[in-house]
Amino acid sequence: MGEPITIFKRPASLRDAFTHYCPGCTHGVIHRLIAETLDELGLRERTIGIAPVGCSVLAYNYFYCDFQEAAHGRAPALATGIKRVLPDRIVFTYQGDGDLASIGTAEIVHAANRGEKFTTIFVNNAIYGMTGGQMAPTTMPNQVTTTCPRGRDVNLAGWPLPVADLLAQLRTPSYVERVAVHTPRHIIQAKRAIRQAFQYQAERRCYSFVEVLSTCPTNWGKTPAEACQWLDEVMVPYFKLGLKKSPDRPPVE
Amino acid sequence: MAKKLMKGNEAIGEAAIVAGAQAYFCYPITPQTEVAEYLAKRMPEVGGVFVQAESELAASQMIFGAAAAGARVFTTSSSPGISLMSEAMSYIAAAELPAVFINIIRCGPGLGGILPSQGDYLQATKGGGHGDYRFLVLAPSTIQETVDLTIEAFRLADKYRNPVMLIGDGLIGQMMEPVDFEGRTAPPRLDTSGWATTGCAGREPHIVKTLFLDPNVLEQRNRKMRDKYEQMKREEVRFETYLCDDAPELLVAAYGTTARVVRTAVDRLREEGVKVGMFRPISVFPFPDEPLRQQALVPSVKAVLVVEMSMGQMLEDVERALQGRRPLHFFGRGGGNVPAPEELVRECRRLLGNGQGGR
Amino acid sequence: MQREVTFAGFGGQGIMTAGKLLALAGMAEGKEVAWIPSYGPEMRGGTAYCTVVIADRLIGSPIVNDPENVFVFNRPSLEKFGPRVRPGGVLLINSSLIDVRSDRQDIVQVCVPCNDIANALKNGRSINLVGLGAFVARTGMVGLDTQRAVLEREFGKKGKGEALRAASEVFEAGVRAVLEGQGAKTP
Ligand SMILES: Cc1ncc(C[n+]2csc(CCOP(=O)(O)OP(=O)(O)O)c2C)c(N)n1
Ligand code: SF4
Repeated sequence: MGEPITIFKRPASLRDAFTHYCPGCTHGVIHRLIAETLDELGLRERTIGIAPVGCSVLAYNYFYCDFQEAAHGRAPALATGIKRVLPDRIVFTYQGDGDLASIGTAEIVHAANRGEKFTTIFVNNAIYGMTGGQMAPTTMPNQVTTTCPRGRDVNLAGWPLPVADLLAQLRTPSYVERVAVHTPRHIIQAKRAIRQAFQYQAERRCYSFVEVLSTCPTNWGKTPAEACQWLDEVMVPYFKLGLKKSPDRPPVE
Repeated sequence: MAKKLMKGNEAIGEAAIVAGAQAYFCYPITPQTEVAEYLAKRMPEVGGVFVQAESELAASQMIFGAAAAGARVFTTSSSPGISLMSEAMSYIAAAELPAVFINIIRCGPGLGGILPSQGDYLQATKGGGHGDYRFLVLAPSTIQETVDLTIEAFRLADKYRNPVMLIGDGLIGQMMEPVDFEGRTAPPRLDTSGWATTGCAGREPHIVKTLFLDPNVLEQRNRKMRDKYEQMKREEVRFETYLCDDAPELLVAAYGTTARVVRTAVDRLREEGVKVGMFRPISVFPFPDEPLRQQALVPSVKAVLVVEMSMGQMLEDVERALQGRRPLHFFGRGGGNVPAPEELVRECRRLLGNGQGGR
Repeated sequence: MQREVTFAGFGGQGIMTAGKLLALAGMAEGKEVAWIPSYGPEMRGGTAYCTVVIADRLIGSPIVNDPENVFVFNRPSLEKFGPRVRPGGVLLINSSLIDVRSDRQDIVQVCVPCNDIANALKNGRSINLVGLGAFVARTGMVGLDTQRAVLEREFGKKGKGEALRAASEVFEAGVRAVLEGQGAKTP
C-alpha cells in the first residue's frame, strides 16, 4: 500500500468557500467547469472575471482570480473596456438569463458583433433566480412564474429567446455553443465547450460564447432531481444543444 | 369595505388600480418586486395593461409612449432601476406628460444592498435626469398614507401634466399595516384630447416631442415649466407637525419611515419631560421651507436636528429653509440600517445637554 | 399601550404566517397593528423573522430592537434574539429543536415543544400554529377568542373545513401546552 492518491480535488482557481447557492442549483457545477479550465490552460493569474447581477453576483467569492462586479446586464461592456486596454489578459463574463437576455441584450449583441475577444458563459435557467422567480425572456411557454401567474403566454411575452442561435446569425466570426449540465454526460460536453471557448480566447481568435442550460430548483418549485428531469424534457427540446458557430467554419453565404 | 392587512408593495398596486391606472410597465427589483407580482394578477382582472419590460430603460420609455397616447400610467422600481429610468423621466417632464413613478429606495450607491434607505432624496428632488425639470415628490410614512398619496399622485400628475414621484423605502414596501380603501376613488381624468397621440382622424396631427432647436421657443417652454413648479410651491406643500405647539426646545425634522422612529423617540423624551417636537415634510418637492422655518424660529427652539437614512440629503433643504438662523445638527444612518429610537433619544438628550454648537 | 413580539426561526417554519395571523387578530380588536418582516437574501433557507406590533395608538418606529416578547423556533434565533428581550418580557422557546435556555434572569422563559406537539397530531408542518396558540395563551397580546375567530376566517375558506379543523387542533394543543403547565417555566 502506497500513499493515498488524490483523484478529486478543488481546482486551484476556486476558493475554499461555502456555497450560497441553493441545494441542487447547477451554478456551482458551472463554476467548477470554468475553474478547471482556467487551471488546465494555466490562465488563472491573468484572468479577470466579470460577475453579473443575479444569484451569481457573488461569483467572486468562489473564483480565485481578479473579478469586477458589473451593473445589471452591462458585463459585456465592462469586459470590452478591460479587454481593449489589456488585450493579453483573459476576460470572461458570467451572466444569467435576466442579466444577459433581458436587460443586457444590447450589450451582448454588440460585444459579439464587434467580435470582442473575451468569453461569455451564459447561464440559462429560464427564470430570475435572485429576485425570487419572475419571468425571464427564456421562460418556457406556459411556465408559471410570479410575473406570469397563468403561465407564459407566448402571444403577450413572445417565445423564449434563443440567444445562442441568435448570436450565431452574426456575420462576425465567433464561437457559439449551447450545452447543459443536468447529467454527467452533459457535464462532460459542457466542460469541453467551455475549454474550447477559453482556448479560442487564449489564441486571440474570436469572441466565444457558451450558453449553459442550468437548473433553479428553488424557483421552479422542484426537487433537484425533478429539476434535472424538467430541464431535459422541457428545455432541451426547445433550446437545441450543440455547436452553433465556429471560427473554423466560415459562415454559409 | 373593511380594512385590509396589506404589504406596502401590494397596497401600492391596489391603490393604483383604485386610482384608475390603465397601464403598468415594470422590471423586477428588490425590495419592490411584489408590486409587479401583484399587478401581474390584478391588471388583467380589471382590463388593464401589465408588461414586464426587458429593462427599466425600456419600462420607463413604455411609460413615455403610453402617457403620450393619453393613458393613465405608472411604474415602480428601486434605486438602481430608477437611475435607468431617469432618461425617460427627463423626456416625460419635457413633453409635459402625466405619469407616476414610485421609488422604493434601497441602500446604495451602486448595487449597494436591498435594505431600507433614503439615499435617493437628492436624485428625486433635484432631478435625476438631465435638463431643467422637476418632479413633484411625495414621501409617505405609513402604508395607509402610501395608498392615499399614490392615488393623489395620479391627480397631481394630471393637474400639472408633470411626472409625480413617490419615495418610500424598503420598509414601506415590505411592512404590512391595515389599509382602508373606503371612499377612495379615481381622480377625474384630465382631458387629453388636445395633445394625446391617438390617430388624427378628424383633426390636425398631434406631435409629442422634446426637441426645440429655436432657443426662444425652448426658453419659453422652460419658463412655462418653471411657472408650474412655482405653482406647486404655492399649492402643494404638505407637512405634519407633532408636538410642536408647546414651546419645544428641540425640533427634529424627518420624513418617511425615519419620521416614525423620530415619533417614538419624541414620545419617550416627552415621558422624561424633555420637550421635543417633530416636523415631517410630506411633500419634499416642493419642500415646506416656510412652515419649517416658522416652527424652527419659535423662540423656545434652541436647535434643529435632521434625521435621515443617508449621510445628509434633506439636510441641504433644511439648511436652506433655516437660512442659518438656528443651530442645525444631523444624525444619519446608512447601509440599510434604520435608526433606532434609543439612539435618537440619546442624540436629542446629548444635544440639549450641551446646548448649542451648530454645525 | 404598545405590545410587541418577534417570531424567529428558519424559512419554512411558518414564522411569517404566524405573525400575520396575530396581526389580523390585533386588527379584529380594533387596534393599530404593524407586521414587519426580515427580508432579503436571508429569506432563502436562512433565518426568517418578523415583528408584530399591536398598539392602541399610531405605531411609530417599525424597528423594535428590544421587543417585549420573543418566540424562537430554532437555536440560531435564540442566540440572536434571546439577549434582546426587554427585561420583564417573555421568551418562548421551541424546546423540540432547542435544548438550551437563555442564562438571563430578568425575563420569563417558557418552553413549548412545538414540533413534538405538531408531530403528535400528525401535522408536523404546523409548528407555527402550535406556537401561536401557546403565545396568545401565555401573553394575552390578543384575546384567545379573537385569535380563534381569525383562524376560522382564514382557514375556513380553504378545503371543506378540513384545513380549519387541522389548524384549530394544533392551535388548541399549543394553548393547552402553556395553560396546563406543559410549557414548563424556567428557571
Ligand atoms: C438595474 C437593475 N434592475 C434590476 C435589478 C434586480 N435584479 C437583481 S438580479 C435580477 C435578475 C437575475 O436573474 P438572472 O440573470 O436570470 O440570474 P439568476 O439569478 O437566475 O442566476 C434582477 C432583475 C438590479 N439589481 N438592477
Ligand atoms: S435561486 Fe435558483 S439560480 Fe439562484 S441559487 Fe437558488 S437554485 Fe440557483
